Amino acid sequence: MDAGQSGREKTAGSAPAKTFASNIVASGQRAAARTDTSAGSATRTASFEVWRGSGPSGRLETYTTSVSEGMVVLDAIHQIQSESATDLAVRWNCKAGKCGSCSAEINGTPRLMCMTRLSELNLSEPVTVEPMRAFPLVRDLVTDVSSNFRAKTRIRKFTPRPPDAPDGTWRMQQSDADRVQEFRKCIECFLCQDVCHVLRDHQLHEQFVGPRLLVHAAQLEMHPLDALDRTTDLKDSHGIGYCNITKCCTKVCPEHITITDNAIIPLKERVADQYYDPLRKLVRLMRGKKTVRPENERTTSGGLR
Amino acid sequence: MAEGGVAAALGNVDDRDNWRVHFADTMRGGQYLNNWRMAELHAKEAPDRVRELEAWGAVFDRTPDGRILQRNFGGHKYPRLAHVGDRTGLEMIRTLQDYAVYQPIDVHMECTIVSLLKDENRIAGALGYDRERGRFKLFAAKSVVLATGGIGRAFSVTSNSWEYTGDGHALAYNAGAALQDMEFVQFHPTGMVWPPSVRGILVTEGVRGEGGILVNREGRRFMFDDIPENYRNQTADNEEEGWRYTQGDKNARRPPELLTRDHVARAIMKEVREGRGSPHGGVFLDISWIKSKLSNAEEHIKKKLPSMYHQFKQLADIDITSEPMEVGPTTHYVMGGVRVDGDTQMSTVPGLFAAGEVGAGLHGANRLGGNSLSDLLVFGKRAGQYAAEFAGRQSSPRVDSRRADEVARAALEPFDREDGENPYKVEHDLQAMMQDLVGIVRKEAEMRRALDALKILRERVQKVSVTGNREYNPGWHTALDLQSLLTVSEIVARAALERKESRGGHFRDDFPAKDPAYGKFNIVIRRGPGGDMQVTREPIPEMRPDLKQIIEENK
Repeated sequence: MDAGQSGREKTAGSAPAKTFASNIVASGQRAAARTDTSAGSATRTASFEVWRGSGPSGRLETYTTSVSEGMVVLDAIHQIQSESATDLAVRWNCKAGKCGSCSAEINGTPRLMCMTRLSELNLSEPVTVEPMRAFPLVRDLVTDVSSNFRAKTRIRKFTPRPPDAPDGTWRMQQSDADRVQEFRKCIECFLCQDVCHVLRDHQLHEQFVGPRLLVHAAQLEMHPLDALDRTTDLKDSHGIGYCNITKCCTKVCPEHITITDNAIIPLKERVADQYYDPLRKLVRLMRGKKTVRPENERTTSGGLR
Repeated sequence: MAEGGVAAALGNVDDRDNWRVHFADTMRGGQYLNNWRMAELHAKEAPDRVRELEAWGAVFDRTPDGRILQRNFGGHKYPRLAHVGDRTGLEMIRTLQDYAVYQPIDVHMECTIVSLLKDENRIAGALGYDRERGRFKLFAAKSVVLATGGIGRAFSVTSNSWEYTGDGHALAYNAGAALQDMEFVQFHPTGMVWPPSVRGILVTEGVRGEGGILVNREGRRFMFDDIPENYRNQTADNEEEGWRYTQGDKNARRPPELLTRDHVARAIMKEVREGRGSPHGGVFLDISWIKSKLSNAEEHIKKKLPSMYHQFKQLADIDITSEPMEVGPTTHYVMGGVRVDGDTQMSTVPGLFAAGEVGAGLHGANRLGGNSLSDLLVFGKRAGQYAAEFAGRQSSPRVDSRRADEVARAALEPFDREDGENPYKVEHDLQAMMQDLVGIVRKEAEMRRALDALKILRERVQKVSVTGNREYNPGWHTALDLQSLLTVSEIVARAALERKESRGGHFRDDFPAKDPAYGKFNIVIRRGPGGDMQVTREPIPEMRPDLKQIIEENK
């Protein structure tokens, strides 16, 4: 505390401080204005129709709880849980849109509960909150998403080229990193898998890995250090042909990854170039060989239980 | 979630950096209560662990010459944090997960351990339940590694998820392991304060590393008002120098916003208590001001702090590229934990290991930002390696199945009680009590009241009841978590009572000064033979002369 005076003299009156002062005073007024609307008087009640149960006995149940400004759907669910449904099953973790745990269908739209503010919804009618329908239901809002982890092991793993520098490290430009960093933002909420009609309506989980795993494949294929070519796999075992680019996945992505345009379409183009370009087809036939595949690679052992 | 980055002296941005400087920074930040052997190993091995992540596919942000970029963070002398925008933790999780799914590892997802089992003195296994079906699982094991994180849920304002209930700390304590430094809880200076439902969510220190400044409601940069003596030589004394530091000027010293977290959190509390806070009980954190310095400031902020931009836009209707954020302290991390051997990470119970936040020693009285991600990489590897070696040397332990049955029966008791109390209500009351009485500013009388309150809460916990069945039942899970929360809350309160001084994350209103006598020992807590909590002072071993010299050279 003894340094107080000297610090004060050094900073007081400097030009930037004045700019901050006017900026801060103005934003203080804006922040205070927000308080007025969030004060007790603004508290009201809202109804939620929440999916309860597992198996054939599942049904929507109606709960009413008080809501206030700034609340998200997950807050309302927690409030219902602590007030009147202590066994209401819901998966959640970070409450900041980064862990991908609290995926659900809110008024029929796949969204993260922690990032859906009540102020965006029409609270004059009940808000429906249901589990993701493309996955087997465990109970209430919790689904079994483990098939996604198993599907990942079908995609051949990251295999870097030899290091660039004698100390065992690599060099890559930020512009090259940017492209895959978009895909690596994925939080594995699986909302894209939930909305994909190939999986949701046609249940083709065995034939088609789905948008999340195509994004995963794209980050491997476009990874500046990766040395494998997965084009054949994409066509033959990952079922990229099933995607007919309706872009539903891109629309629901909470990380705003341009799944279709930046990940799936470029992969489809690689498949088309390699398999449906007549000239390349001829070269391939003459060489009698497809793609590089290291012998020491394991793809199926272990996995998640 | 971990956002800012992983601290490793790669020296990619400033070639004056090396493990010695990182070691000295970590010890200074921890106020010399650290396990110096761990601080040494950590500083030496962190660069290898970061390079290993890159070899497993992690894509860190890059320098212009294509190497791993490093950013400034509080208490680190040079730019040291390898990062991916402000989602470094997510990148690490994904890299490790994507690597692990191809390894022959059995993963038991959503399985909670309720008790460790022992054969005489050594570890014999663990009993847990799977959340999905509520079935018990008995694991026989020659060695067990705890990696359960921290205790943030013992407080009402926290950046931690529901999982941070101190279960690993409580499991170790109940198994007879010693815990240390539990009085040191880190209150991160910048959590969100508005709207109420997001109070406590983390605002990364990276905002300040990129040039963000803290100002009070009068528009004053109050961090310049109080710079601690032991950091004065390293801290800028004017705004211009601080800005140049954040922009990579090697001759500039760091701005006071990048002082250690304990200091910044207390400075913010002081502004709030003296009436100079923001409207919702915090202060302002402003990154938008850099528009006056950079022509492309808006894109720059979105590129370097995308998650923060997104988080404030979506949860608080605030565009951080054009207006300041409101922030205040939030419970973030516990420096204390299981007392371990610095090299092997084995606790005082043979076969029981601890890594990451549940372990103690590396951070002493205060952790530097970025040192937790490197901690878990360095000591996660070491714990795994030595746990495997230990297991290889052991005969199979005898698992006491009667004891396992007892534990399982006790865990089911909340279903048998009728009309008992709601577990969420008890949890809420415990959190509010701890926040109020054992929070960022502590005094003896309040902590005595906390111990009394914990007695009453313990009685209430014995009476909670839950409805429904065992399948994915969060009410039941909360009832069981309460046992751990009670245990760690009492440990924190007792350790905090014992340390009659202020140091690092532990601030006593009744003993506001640092006392050199308290710099010579760690406070250690064990379960006594009769089940009582035993508090002892264990002297810190004399530091090796070569390490002492490094500290002198870096003063």
